[in-house]
Amino acid sequence: MADRKRIDEATGTSTVGHEWDGIEELDTPMPRWWLWTFYASIVWAAGYVVLYPAWPMLNSATQGVLGWSSRGDLEREMQAHAERRAPITNAIAATALTDLPAKPELMQAAVQGGAAAFRVHCVQCHGAGGAGVKKLYPSLTDDDWLWGGDLASIEYTIAHGIRNPDHKATRVSQMPAFGRDGILDAGQIADVVSHVRVISGQEKPSAAAARGAVLFQANCAVCHGATGAGDRTVGAPKLTDAVWLYGGDRDSLTATIAQPRNGVMPRWAHRLDPVTVKMLATYVYSLGGGEKAAPPVASNEGQGADGQP
Amino acid sequence: MASPDDLTGPAAPLYEKRKGVYPKKVDGPFRRFKWAIMGITLAIYYGTPWIRWDRGPYAPDQAVLVDLANRRFYMFQIEIWPHEFYYVAGLLIMAGIGLFLVTSAVGRAWCGYACPQTVWTDLFQHVDRLVDGDRNAQVRLANGPWTFEKTSKRTIKYLIYLTIAFWTGGAWIMYFADAPTLTADFWTGQAAPIAYGTVAVLTATTFILGGFMREQVCIYMCPWPRIQTAMMDEKSLLVTYKDWRGEPRGSVKKAQAHPGAFGDCIDCNQCVAVCPTGIDIREGPQIGCITCALCIDACDDVMGQIGRPRGLIDYCTLDDAAVEKAGGIGKPVRKTLFRLRTLAYFGVWCAIGAAMLFSLGQRTRLDLAVQHERSPLYVQLSDGHIRNNYTLKLRNMETRPRRVAVTVDGLSGAALWTEAGSRETAKQRIEIALAPDSVTRVRLFVAAPGDGPARQDFTIATRGLDGDPRGDSDIIQFDRPEAGQ
Repeated sequence: MADRKRIDEATGTSTVGHEWDGIEELDTPMPRWWLWTFYASIVWAAGYVVLYPAWPMLNSATQGVLGWSSRGDLEREMQAHAERRAPITNAIAATALTDLPAKPELMQAAVQGGAAAFRVHCVQCHGAGGAGVKKLYPSLTDDDWLWGGDLASIEYTIAHGIRNPDHKATRVSQMPAFGRDGILDAGQIADVVSHVRVISGQEKPSAAAARGAVLFQANCAVCHGATGAGDRTVGAPKLTDAVWLYGGDRDSLTATIAQPRNGVMPRWAHRLDPVTVKMLATYVYSLGGGEKAAPPVASNEGQGADGQP
Repeated sequence: MASPDDLTGPAAPLYEKRKGVYPKKVDGPFRRFKWAIMGITLAIYYGTPWIRWDRGPYAPDQAVLVDLANRRFYMFQIEIWPHEFYYVAGLLIMAGIGLFLVTSAVGRAWCGYACPQTVWTDLFQHVDRLVDGDRNAQVRLANGPWTFEKTSKRTIKYLIYLTIAFWTGGAWIMYFADAPTLTADFWTGQAAPIAYGTVAVLTATTFILGGFMREQVCIYMCPWPRIQTAMMDEKSLLVTYKDWRGEPRGSVKKAQAHPGAFGDCIDCNQCVAVCPTGIDIREGPQIGCITCALCIDACDDVMGQIGRPRGLIDYCTLDDAAVEKAGGIGKPVRKTLFRLRTLAYFGVWCAIGAAMLFSLGQRTRLDLAVQHERSPLYVQLSDGHIRNNYTLKLRNMETRPRRVAVTVDGLSGAALWTEAGSRETAKQRIEIALAPDSVTRVRLFVAAPGDGPARQDFTIATRGLDGDPRGDSDIIQFDRPEAGQ
């Protein structure tokens, strides 16, 4: 091939000696500026290899003498961002949770910070905007609270979680599995369901409901109260209202009494810093169902058995 | 086959060198009119930002202010918010139709008298005459060698150019911030970088466009002359050389020697000498003519000196030109100006203006926009009621704090409360305090009985509680769970 090199008449340049169907390639010399750029690139690359991470080794790449890493870059940016936010974060940290609503600007910042944290940590179960998931996870936007809807109660629930077996201070209560464990038979459960539907205004009083009322007093009233008003100190839901976490129709109620869910929520105090937990509490509080704290009383009456708000 | 080089032709240069234009000083009614227009327009441009206008403690006291940072436009007692930008659009439409009107009536009067390019070029040409002397001196200086005199004169002239240009750029930024504050900030180095950048750019463009480009802008760069030729008709007034009266040209002596053989034009070239765009009007209507009418002044002056009637060059319509050429007498100017087309333009112009004034007088300065929160659409409350959440944007466009009421209509049993309240304090009507000249965002909770349609439209309304009961309302949806859920 190479012996077919010839000087092209039109340009005066040598060809490379290849020829395809009469098409030849000129061996035009590279411009000098191109060569200089190429040499400069080599020099630059040598410097780069020394200064920055470059050669892949068995476990990691060479580090480079500057010690630069993209992870470090991100860390610096996060640091700078935290510094920018520091004044407002510190102000929120220094303000007692229950004093926040009286400071609208701080409260607004806390709610927005809480909204951001909520989107990262909470929406997986509680849904966007805290709407909850029917028959699985409670809505945080309504006015029915299992464990209390004032700021302190919400913060406690977020910090300590619900039914965390490895945590002493967690919110905990256990509804017996009346059906599975044979405490009540199917007929009795049906009677209790009738009673619950009567006190929640979904059915008219009946003989079954009357039988259920007796069973209710014996088995359920200790937690749910004689009237079914619920008890927040043990997270026993109110049974007389229109809000049903696991459904208020006959089938759902029967299933719940037979084998309760006893839902679990992780605790966040050891995963999030106290300010974030505080901001999450203000956000949940602001969703529409936030309650004013009960007026302080002399005894521990307002608190649960183990000092929980 | 011909090489591509052959297609371009032999020696046509790609660029033409600018021919120098050194307009001669002239005096006359049109020149004095131009002085007046120049004085008025420059005074408006430089002076307007310094007019004060008291709007109370919650709004700036500058009469004309384009407050881009806060998105407000103030013009005397009118304040325009971004969503009312259609008023500015209306003004632009009026400006457009105003130009149609002026063009169809008096041709390129905008170009000749009021266009900033014309006004500033005129100003710079006066500077030329002030420093270099009149036309002949200017030509001599331009063609002469670079002596000390030329250098010093050029230096002085360009310094004056720069001063005017800088002042022009400096005045522009005053429309966008409080003028006295900005001036102080500007000279102490505390103004925003954009202010210095804007002044620098406008100084450069004024210096270049007014000092050097001049008539080239009109002839080569500006689209307006092309558009205008489409809007003029045979009844538009044009600066016209009346060739039927002037031709053939001949000096006064020749005319005396051969009575009747020559027209009125004595070929003195004064009309060319005074022209700021350097054209010869005797060649007929042309794109280079901005109809500044200075040639009319020059020609009338000459005609007066040699005892011939004025108006050899004059404003004249194409129709009248034909009539006069045939020996008749053209229509009076009044009839030329008031004809169907100009009156129609004027009517449209007035109608838009009147509509805008009416709408300005009628507009309420309280505006409500409601957004339905969609996550969740509705909330089941424990007593069987349903709650929907809304975000209200209440725009108080007055420069005073206001109290307004928010009510709902068409949703029976509805109770309202905001984040500041609670369901226990819910009412049929809530009162909200609005900060002056700002948008207040309020989360509104609306609870209503659960038995009702799954989707229901109702009205949220707001009105003032402080004397002006006008307000705004918005129709929005109330959602309930579908039956069976």
